[in-house]
Order: sequence, then C-alpha cells, then structure tokens
Amino acid sequence: MTKLRPRFSRKLLAIPYALFLAIFVVVPLLIIVYYAFTDADGSFTFDNIAMFFSGSGSDSFFESAQFKTIMQSLFISFMSTLICLLIAYPVAYIIATCKLKNKSGLLLLFIVPMWVNFVLRVNALKELLDWIGIYNKSNGWNLFNTILGMVYDFLPFMILPIYTTIIKIDKSYLEAARDLGAGGAKTFLKVTLPLSKAGIMSGVSMVFLPSMTNYVVSNYMTFNHTKIIGSFIDECFKNDLWNMGSVTALLLLTLMFFMTWATGGFNAQEDAGRRGTSLW
Amino acid sequence: MVKIKTSLKWLFIGLVILFIYAPILLLTVYSFNKSELITSWEGFSFDHWKYFFDMDNQPLPIVLQTLLLAVIVATLSTVLGTVGAIGIFYSKKRVSSALNGLNQIPVINAEVVTAISFAFLVVALNIPKATYIPLVVGQMVLCTPFVVLSVIPKLKQMDNNLYEAALDLGASPAKALFSVIIPQIMPGIVSGFLLAVTLSLDDYVIAAYTKPNTFQTISTHIYSLAKGGTVNTIKSSYWAFTAVIFFIIVVAVVVMNIRAHRKGGKKQ
Repeated sequence: MTKLRPRFSRKLLAIPYALFLAIFVVVPLLIIVYYAFTDADGSFTFDNIAMFFSGSGSDSFFESAQFKTIMQSLFISFMSTLICLLIAYPVAYIIATCKLKNKSGLLLLFIVPMWVNFVLRVNALKELLDWIGIYNKSNGWNLFNTILGMVYDFLPFMILPIYTTIIKIDKSYLEAARDLGAGGAKTFLKVTLPLSKAGIMSGVSMVFLPSMTNYVVSNYMTFNHTKIIGSFIDECFKNDLWNMGSVTALLLLTLMFFMTWATGGFNAQEDAGRRGTSLW
Repeated sequence: MVKIKTSLKWLFIGLVILFIYAPILLLTVYSFNKSELITSWEGFSFDHWKYFFDMDNQPLPIVLQTLLLAVIVATLSTVLGTVGAIGIFYSKKRVSSALNGLNQIPVINAEVVTAISFAFLVVALNIPKATYIPLVVGQMVLCTPFVVLSVIPKLKQMDNNLYEAALDLGASPAKALFSVIIPQIMPGIVSGFLLAVTLSLDDYVIAAYTKPNTFQTISTHIYSLAKGGTVNTIKSSYWAFTAVIFFIIVVAVVVMNIRAHRKGGKKQ
C-alpha cells in the first residue's frame, strides 16, 4: 500500500539562492552590458566600443593609454603566470614525490601565508623591497616589482592544483614506464607531465586573470606608477567614466568566459580546491 | 650524484619558503624597531606594539570590526549557501547545472569586475552605503559560492536512504533535514564557513566599492595609509599586527601537524 502524504520538496530550497544569484550576480552583469552599449542619455550606441578602440587626437589606437595598459597588463600577467608555473611545478613535484610521511604538513608551509590578510601581505613585500632598496626606483623596477608581487600573491594557487594532480597519479604507471626501459627524464616527460596537465591548466587559470586585474598589487608595489587593466577599470569608475569602464569590464568578462571554455568548462570540483578549500 | 640531486631539491624548496616568509619575518623583526622606518634599525622597543594594542588608537578597533564583519558575512553566507546547495543538489539536472554555472561566476570573475558591477546595482537601487547592506551583501556575493562548493561534495557522499528512512519513521521533512542531512554534511558547512571568514577578511576590492565612508576594514585602512608618505606611526603599528597573525598561524600549523601525527599514529 502506498501512503500518500504531501511531501516537502527539497529542491524548493534552491529558490532563495537562485534569487540571490539572479539579483546580485546576473543583474549587475547585465548593467555592465547596458552601460557598455549606451550613451549618457541611455540610448543604444556602439560609440563606447568605438572610443575604446580608437586613439585620442592624432594618436592611433596603438598609441592610446588603454592599448598600452592592455599590453603592459598582458605582459605582467604572462610573466607572472610563467614564473609561478616554473616555481610551483618543481615545488609541487618535489613535495608529492618525496619520501616524507607528512607531505601535507610540508605543503601547508606554502599555503598558510594565504591566511595573512592580503593587503598586509602585499604591504610586507613592499616593505621588503623598500628595505632592499629597489622600491619605486625606475619604470623597469616597477614592472619587475609588480610581477614579483603577483608571483608572491598567487603562487599558492598554482602549487595546490598541481600538487593535487601529481599526488593522484597512479604509481603503477611510473613503474610500468620504468619496466619498459624509460629513464627518469623520459618517465617524467611521457607520464608525469601529461598526467598533471589538468592541474597546470587549473593553476594557470587561477593566476592569469587575477594578475591582469589585481590593481591592489600593482598600485602598492609601484606607488601607483604601473597601470594594469584592473587599475584602468577602477579609475574609470572613480572618474565617472562608467561607459568606458563597462566596455573594459565586458572585455575581461569575455576573456574569462573564453578561458573557462578553453580550459575545459566550469569545473566545480577543481574550483573548490581554489583558495585552499581542500585544506580546511 | 643522487645525494647532490636531493640536496639541490631541498635547497630549492628552502629558497621558495624563504621567498614566501622573508617579508613577514622582516616586518616581525622591525615591529620591535624604535623607528618607523623600515630602512633603518634604531634600537629595540615595544612602541609599535603598545600603539597597536591601545584601543584609543585606530588599528585595534578596525581589526575588531573587520573580524565582526567577517563573522556576520560568513554566517549569512553559510546559511544561504548551505540551503542553496541542498536545493541545487535535489533539483533537476537542467536547473542544477544552470545554478552551478551561475555559482561559478563570482568564483572565476575578476574581483574588480564583480565589485564594479555590484556597485552599479547599488547605485541603480539607490541603497545608501551607510546602511552596511551593500558591504554585507557584496561580500556575500564573494563568499557564498565557496560555501556551496564545499557543501555539494558532502551531499554527494551522503547516504540518501537515511533521509527517506527518517521520513518513513514519521519524521517531518524539516526534522529529517535538521537531524539527518545537516549532521552528515556538517564538515562541508564548517569548512565553507571558515573559508567565508578568510575571504571576507582578505577582501579589499568589494569593500572599497561598497563600504560606508566612515567604516574601514583592515584591508582598506592599510591601503589608504599607503597613499600617504612612507613614515607613519599607524602603518608601523600594523607591523606588530602582522607579527601577531604570523604567530597565530605558526601555532595553528604546529597544532594541526601534531593532530595529524596523532591521528596517523592511531591508525597504525
């Protein structure tokens, strides 16, 4: 006999959060799209986009402030990601393959600085540079310091996902490679590296975008001298250039969706490991 | 040969650790400096520490109100995110994947874009920043997705039959939810809460766009100090705070390691 009783449906619990996401995440993004495609009177226009991609006066787009900012930003972001990868991969590999019993304890050493307030941490690095004597000396040093700041801040985001993929690699693959006559280097290149690709991708996606937009780091490390896309957006907002700011934000959003798509879609599992979730 | 390779490995690890900790260690040492300059050591003193721990000075109240904000934001985010995660988990595939996708947006989006778009909404709805609503809700936008991300895996691991059994045994759905589902996903809720606390404490960008003009968090305060000159009593007193946090972290890591060690010992 089947009992009929009104059942409370658990899926209804999704409603408050769905509303929250719609109002506070989706609507704000739509407002960005709105500002990007309207003028001061609120009528539809492509002028903001056109203005973004043109120079001022006799200068061409390639001489404009926004082009220089984008190029500088891309350079900083590319270098920061590359250096993070070059430091993080060996670190993750050494920890994951070492003979220590307490690997996660060692890994923790690389993650805990993240628990220090972010601005305090950037401030500490700035003081160190001041102490060494390379703070705010020249444009070259500013660029170097910005990249150093990004690497300092985002290194753990690169180490964690790479470590997680390397530690999961089935040891029998490595033994098989060795049995089949592959040397250490060959085993690494043909087995370990390809199998840790997912970790690299997820690390890169966690470092690349923030190091293009985290204007706190670039402003702090260079006494506001080095501009990146993030600081450009921030200044647009503060100087009431909302349309221009929205065009730039829209560009970043497009880039974000493209990168997410290119690195294998929205992977909730890996993103959960972001910010060290897995360690709690 | 192998020995050289091994020592090179550990040398590399040591250098990276040095890079990570050097700035924090430097500030810890200079928090005992008589001078407010990082560039010159002028003798040992507790001046920065005294300044920091005096409630009449700016830093300590700001630290406390930042903590309070973090706890409020994290509590609200945890409730919203946990309820949301349960709802998403039991929704139809299409609904749940759409909500999961939306949940990812604040996670991957550049913080400045999240902040600027949220600030546009605040202006459009004409909510005064002095009400603290923009600040709290803005940080919830940042934190709640991470709560959802840490609760959902626990829901997946849960034994679904227990909820059905509770209902068959006469428990009301609400009772079954609180005494069967919630205890099983508790570890995820706790880690989501802790993560939300750290995210809120860490946040500069959202706070800068949404906070009341008279309110400061640790992040916005230190950032505003950087705009002034290089010498600053308040700024130097934050060196002492850096040292305090560093000390707490060291203790926490040691305790966690000891606990992990004990657990490992018991298993053997």
